[in-house]
Amino acid sequence: MIQGLSIYHFLVVSTLMFFIGITGFIIRQNLITILLSVELILNSVVINFLVFNRFLYPDQLQGHFFSLFIIGIAAAEASVAVALIINIYRRIRNINADNVNEMKF
Amino acid sequence: MTLPVFMFYLISATILLFSVMTIASRKMLRSAIYLLFVLIATSGFYFLLNYQFLAGVQLTLYAGGIVVLIIFSILLTSHISHKFKRPSTWKLWMGLTVLVIGSATALWVILLQPFSKDPALKTVPVTMHLIGNQLLGLGKNGYVLPFELISILLIAAMIAAIVVAKKESN
Repeated sequence: MIQGLSIYHFLVVSTLMFFIGITGFIIRQNLITILLSVELILNSVVINFLVFNRFLYPDQLQGHFFSLFIIGIAAAEASVAVALIINIYRRIRNINADNVNEMKF
Repeated sequence: MTLPVFMFYLISATILLFSVMTIASRKMLRSAIYLLFVLIATSGFYFLLNYQFLAGVQLTLYAGGIVVLIIFSILLTSHISHKFKRPSTWKLWMGLTVLVIGSATALWVILLQPFSKDPALKTVPVTMHLIGNQLLGLGKNGYVLPFELISILLIAAMIAAIVVAKKESN
């Protein structure tokens, strides 16, 4: 427990971060910027897990381990996404989401 | 104001400022660097919450690994001085509406919710010993199954990334 800080302080920050990520997901067309927004969203979720673990259930480490697994899955997701983006760039020479409208050439 | 409270406000200001700049910047490399700042500040949160191991994981895996991967892909796929065009007004308004309505609703629900901790629960110190035992434990509070699943997932992702990004030989 941290002196002077409640669970609400952390939840407000992570909520705002989550919705900033969603806004970026909507307003950007570039695939890499969309990936950056997804990373923001995942990070805010990790903060939430840890805060609930620390403030409400400090007798176990469930939130801690789920955060660990989220970070691992985010790494896998980022590597596959980057591979896909490079492949798309090789085929159509840009990475705008609007131009990726065919599954197969 | 004690030091942890001051650090909390400093870190949250950094996180919010650089999150907004990540999505608002029109140069892609700058967006990635702002995201790096967000990730480092987030690991500050983990230190504040006394999860030192996870803060280290965040710094090495996210700030060290994923951001480098993203910067590589930016350098491979676009010109460094390339600026995006502004998003269309309709999209901008849609995004801002989602931001305002969504965060207002979520914050309304969160701030009205009385979170109460069961006072009988004792705080367990997060030591490396405990983390290691639980991560590879089979019994109660053991996480060996997701640990093994994630190792399979990681190797599948690695092979998939190589196969997808490989140049076709023709």
